[in-house]
Amino acid sequence: MADIKNLTRGIIKENPIFSLLLGMCPTLGVTTSGTNGMCMGLATMFVLIMSNMVISIIKNVIPNKVRIPAFIVIIATFVTIIQLLMEAYVPALFEQLGLYIPLIVVNCIILGRAESFASKNGVIDSILDGIGMGLGFTLALTLLGLVREMLGAGTIFGWNFLGMEDPKTMLVFILPPGAFLVLAYLIAIIKKNN
Amino acid sequence: MAYLLIIISAVFVNNIVLSQFLGICPFLGVSKKVNTAIGMSGAVMFVLVLATMVTYILNKYVLVPLNIEFLQTISFILIIASLVQMVEIVLKKVSHSLYEALGVFLPLITTNCCVLGVSMLALDLPSKYSFVEEGSLALAIVFAFANALAFGLALVLFAGIREQIQLTDIPKRLQGTPISLIAAGLLALAFMGFSGLV
Amino acid sequence: MSQKLESSLKNMVIVLFVITFVAGISLALVQQITLDPINAAHQQKQIDAISIVVPEFDNNPLDCCSKVAVDGDSVSIYKATKNNEPVGYAILSSTNSGFGGFVQVMVGLQPDGTIYNTSVVSHQETPGLGDRMTTDKFRNQFQGFDCEKQKAIVKKDGGDVDALTAATISSRAFCSTIRKAYNAYLALNNQSTCTDGQSGATKHE
Repeated sequence: MADIKNLTRGIIKENPIFSLLLGMCPTLGVTTSGTNGMCMGLATMFVLIMSNMVISIIKNVIPNKVRIPAFIVIIATFVTIIQLLMEAYVPALFEQLGLYIPLIVVNCIILGRAESFASKNGVIDSILDGIGMGLGFTLALTLLGLVREMLGAGTIFGWNFLGMEDPKTMLVFILPPGAFLVLAYLIAIIKKNN
Repeated sequence: MAYLLIIISAVFVNNIVLSQFLGICPFLGVSKKVNTAIGMSGAVMFVLVLATMVTYILNKYVLVPLNIEFLQTISFILIIASLVQMVEIVLKKVSHSLYEALGVFLPLITTNCCVLGVSMLALDLPSKYSFVEEGSLALAIVFAFANALAFGLALVLFAGIREQIQLTDIPKRLQGTPISLIAAGLLALAFMGFSGLV
Repeated sequence: MSQKLESSLKNMVIVLFVITFVAGISLALVQQITLDPINAAHQQKQIDAISIVVPEFDNNPLDCCSKVAVDGDSVSIYKATKNNEPVGYAILSSTNSGFGGFVQVMVGLQPDGTIYNTSVVSHQETPGLGDRMTTDKFRNQFQGFDCEKQKAIVKKDGGDVDALTAATISSRAFCSTIRKAYNAYLALNNQSTCTDGQSGATKHE
């Protein structure tokens, strides 16, 4: 039976980033702004939903011993599809995210969900799980990107909320070290509330 | 000269872990002890150099001539996955002591994005480094080796810091992951001092 | 089919083969569909950069490209015309001496040799420091800049350009792309421009 819990679980309780600590590379690498974080999250979500769906459909015809290579091929196919689509229709964004798009393949979240959820559950449940986990991932990335963008560039989704022409911002937050620091404090804050 | 510059640039200036965020999962996962960190770095170096060599050859002599570069992602990841399996089997048969040292880390490497990331970056070195006129297999291998060194350096340094952290008194909310991330952030900040060097 | 397929060699080979085959076919299909939009997107990006840096034009500058060898490097010059009268030259100039390495700037020159506008095409400069070279505030000082009378060198080195605060290396790199573009423009004037043979050879770039 389809269960709405499969959808909501990934968003907060088992959030892939804040509580499971999966998929850290794109999390830290692309979140220099809210927009980048959100788009990366959405691209990952697309791959997650599609691969969850396909894997749950064909799970019974995949012999157990070759399941990992089979999963990897399926995931890599969807990653390449989204890569080509983005290059064609949103080239500017494609350039911004760069190498991190093909690297969705090795994002542990996707293989992890395929292995631990989609290969054991029905189609609808797997899709819901994909949407939930994808949303959780997108939310986390957007939040991280927004905080870094606000502190480091003084903008929200590119909108200058300070209204100053040349704000003195804390640059370090859009540079690599800032990624670690912001994520550290976000996790600490979320831990407190749980 | 180009080789030396590539090594300096990869290890210090554009450190693969601390400034490009590739291979963060093992960076956070297997850095609790200096010994395991060294083992992991060894395994990564082994696979990274081998994988880059194979993918570079594949790309140059198969994918590009056939004009099917769009299959890069899928073919590279398959090569890396099977390479890791093969290395594991061969090591088990050939050198048991080496297998004991690296074996546990090998399965983890497939999903280590620094392997796929470096093998992709190595395809296009001239656009990345001004001093590289033309890419070659030798340069790609040196690049892979340098990045493995960078990964090892970051991992071992970080493991050393974490061993010290365990002995200190940390606010309750920051215990565990948050304090590790903060330490990583400070390490990244220190590495930023190298920027502009090459 | 509720029973999981057995892991026999035959099954494994067949299943993996079928999956890879389907994957390959579907990828080839998507690649075919996106081929044209991707090329169009690449061209559009160049045209966008050109239309920022030269006055209004009505030709396709990408068809009117010449390559000029300057300072040991090959520079592309796109000629923009309106009613067959040249209105400007967009010169794709680059340098490796940026703080983060490679900097590529589209420099627009009017037919009289003064700069109309500039646009940074790609760079890897530090966010918040060197990357302010993309801001209007920095680039606007180059509008109307005449390389004949003024020196495209930062003031610190005895030139006429206000460098970015705390990003002198990036500013120097930007200036060097301007000088290279101007040299390319001078070299272009010394040879015949936009011959059919050249445009045919470089059209697909």
